[in-house]
Amino acid sequence: MAIRIALAGNPNSGKTTLFNDLTGANAYVGNWPGVTVEKKEGRMKKQNDVILTDLPGIYSLSPYTPEEIVARNYLLEQSPDAILNIVDGTNLERNLYLTTQLLETGIPMVIAVNMMDVVRKNGDSINIAELGSRLGCKVIEISALKGEGTFAAAQAAVSAAKSGKKALPPKFSDKVESCISQIESSFGNMLPQSFGRWYAVKLFERDEKALEKLNPSGELRSRTEKQITDCEREMDDDSESIITNERYEFIAKTLRGCYKKKNAGGETVSDKIDRVVTNRILALPIFALVMFLVYKISIGTIGDWTVGFMNDTLFGEWIVPAATSGLEDLGCASWLVGLIADGIIGGVGAVLGFVPQLLILFLMLSILEDIGYMARVAFIMDRIFRRFGLSGKSFIPMLVSSGCGVPGIMASRTIEQERDRRMTIMTTCFVPCGAKMPIVGLIAGALFGGSAWVAVSAYFIGVAAVVVSGIILKKTKPFTGEPAPFVMELPAYHAPTAVNILRATWERGWSFIKRAGTVIVAASIVIWVLNSLTFEGGLHYIGEGDEKSLLNAIGEVIAVVFKPLGFGNWQAAVATVLGLVAKEEVVGTFGSLTSMANADLAMELVEAGDSSKLTLIGQEIFGGSGLAAYSFMIFNLLCAPCFAAMGAIKREMNNSKWTFAAIGYMCGFAYIVSLIVYRLGMLFTEGSFTVSTAAAFIAVAALIWLLVRRPSKSVKVKSAAGVTADA
Amino acid sequence: MKTLREIAVGSTATVVKLHGEGAVKRRIMDMGLTKGTQVYVRKSAPLGDPIELTVRGYELSLRKDDAAAVEVE
Repeated sequence: MAIRIALAGNPNSGKTTLFNDLTGANAYVGNWPGVTVEKKEGRMKKQNDVILTDLPGIYSLSPYTPEEIVARNYLLEQSPDAILNIVDGTNLERNLYLTTQLLETGIPMVIAVNMMDVVRKNGDSINIAELGSRLGCKVIEISALKGEGTFAAAQAAVSAAKSGKKALPPKFSDKVESCISQIESSFGNMLPQSFGRWYAVKLFERDEKALEKLNPSGELRSRTEKQITDCEREMDDDSESIITNERYEFIAKTLRGCYKKKNAGGETVSDKIDRVVTNRILALPIFALVMFLVYKISIGTIGDWTVGFMNDTLFGEWIVPAATSGLEDLGCASWLVGLIADGIIGGVGAVLGFVPQLLILFLMLSILEDIGYMARVAFIMDRIFRRFGLSGKSFIPMLVSSGCGVPGIMASRTIEQERDRRMTIMTTCFVPCGAKMPIVGLIAGALFGGSAWVAVSAYFIGVAAVVVSGIILKKTKPFTGEPAPFVMELPAYHAPTAVNILRATWERGWSFIKRAGTVIVAASIVIWVLNSLTFEGGLHYIGEGDEKSLLNAIGEVIAVVFKPLGFGNWQAAVATVLGLVAKEEVVGTFGSLTSMANADLAMELVEAGDSSKLTLIGQEIFGGSGLAAYSFMIFNLLCAPCFAAMGAIKREMNNSKWTFAAIGYMCGFAYIVSLIVYRLGMLFTEGSFTVSTAAAFIAVAALIWLLVRRPSKSVKVKSAAGVTADA
Repeated sequence: MKTLREIAVGSTATVVKLHGEGAVKRRIMDMGLTKGTQVYVRKSAPLGDPIELTVRGYELSLRKDDAAAVEVE
């Protein structure tokens, strides 16, 4: 039987470094079931029978955040053989707070005090042996960064697991202890055998999850409630606060005499950096500069070049033609050649084309995260973003999305709160990405004489969509349910570590290739099949993009849906569907479906900004109506993103319901906005009033209501201060 | 009632009590802002909110709205 060890600790305690050091390359990275919380598991180096599970970085085992719930459930339900608790030696007091809760589970435990090199350099001292005897478990000094003591710590955890020696819970004051033991005895056998103490403490705290699990009878519940309120009255505080205080008291008592700080209050290097970086005047310019560099390097010059190379040269000129001729030489049927070369390899290429750009971006984000700047980004931007329900850290995904939505969605990883992360994923694709710009260029050229205002308005609409959606969504139930406090540690800056950064970069890149890849490949095949087969004269292959294809037949059907938006013809419908493969396909599709009959020419004209010949498309597709074309543009900018981005959404949401909700919301929102713009535009310019105009007015009213209504259900818990302010 | 929100940048205060309930209150306590703890208000963000505190030897950032739930003296 393998020995299972859980790695637990605060964020920024060096947990990831320790995990990387202990497992080497043998790690599996995924998500905990149903949540967007990352799960990592790996076998220990040179000791294959030891499995390490990296619990999410948490400060507490409270029942409030998905990370904490995941960690709790893992400890209580999977009960690992031992816990290896990593604590930051430079920040002992707060780090030991989680330790007091971990000890309560009774699971055999070893504490690794990390960053001992820094502790010594600061001239501080920790009496490790004494600390161990006071906490009742083995304590080992390590420096995860330098790989010192990590193996010894892991070995200690393995022997703790083998010996099965239970950890001892911290002792609280007599009053609290007596109340807890009363609860323990009145619940008796109802408490899970090995976690009696844990549940008794949680019941005392009125922990919802514990109450839910044990579900005591009404009589028992009220008896316990009375015991708790008696204790609360005596101590003049609520039970949750009492326990928190007791824990910090216990820590203070434990550390007394065995932890000495040399120069409390002195300014560290990190403080000096922060004086500049989050300075009132310099913070924003520095922030702008950092963001500009991230953008320029990952999305701009280098990123652009790699995507262009991968898509146009590597796949477009080398692999696909080579595969085509190779398959032809083998004597494959032409439909099979088409399916493999254009459908599958083309689809895979569309995915892989993003990978170098993604890796560069993730590399930069990993550096920002590793050195501690990401927390400062949130600190600087929070004021703006929380107005519409997002987090300060949503800025980076949004910025990146203006280049490409795929890395934008994946950049949302750095947002700790699941709720903010989900909302960011749902809204970030509204920012017009690089591939949507040809659509904008096409519409501008075809009907607006190439006016630059079309592009400006496209960005404006994108940003407005983010803001409006943020306000609307934050009032809906799923987003008011679990409050996301913004109480954030600003960790000390430190030099980036190559191993951590490269590993984080690779893990993110690989998970994109793996998960997003499957969705995109499947979708590309479906589109290829629809685009290459026809029903006319029996189902048969006619080559990609023929006018009689199934896709065009479907286009005619769904064109009806777009009638109220002003572009209800099959060409526009087909272009919209093909836009799901890649947004720039829209231009080529119009090129080939009009009398221009040339997809490449259309693309070249858009790139050259040559509007004289593009007007042809404006005439044939939109009947010369600028309003219809504009409505088409809005819809294509806001509706479901390309398959690559949808794959990324699925990967990050880790939940089909949320994935469909996100994509459904985007499409619905796009439809409503286009409807309003087109119908009201028609009313004002031509005075036309139809059923759809009425629908547009209803949509306007609905939007306004969604924006100004009171949030659904009790959001009072959202801000602790809100409660006092409302009262 | 004096709250952490009103404490000027650069000065120190002692936590008396936490008001409110639920996740935010618990999180503030979990981070070490408990009764009797000394808090130093280091700075406010460039746009005025949130604020940065030093508590138990580390830096913590807190929104002003949430800081208003922390009674200090």
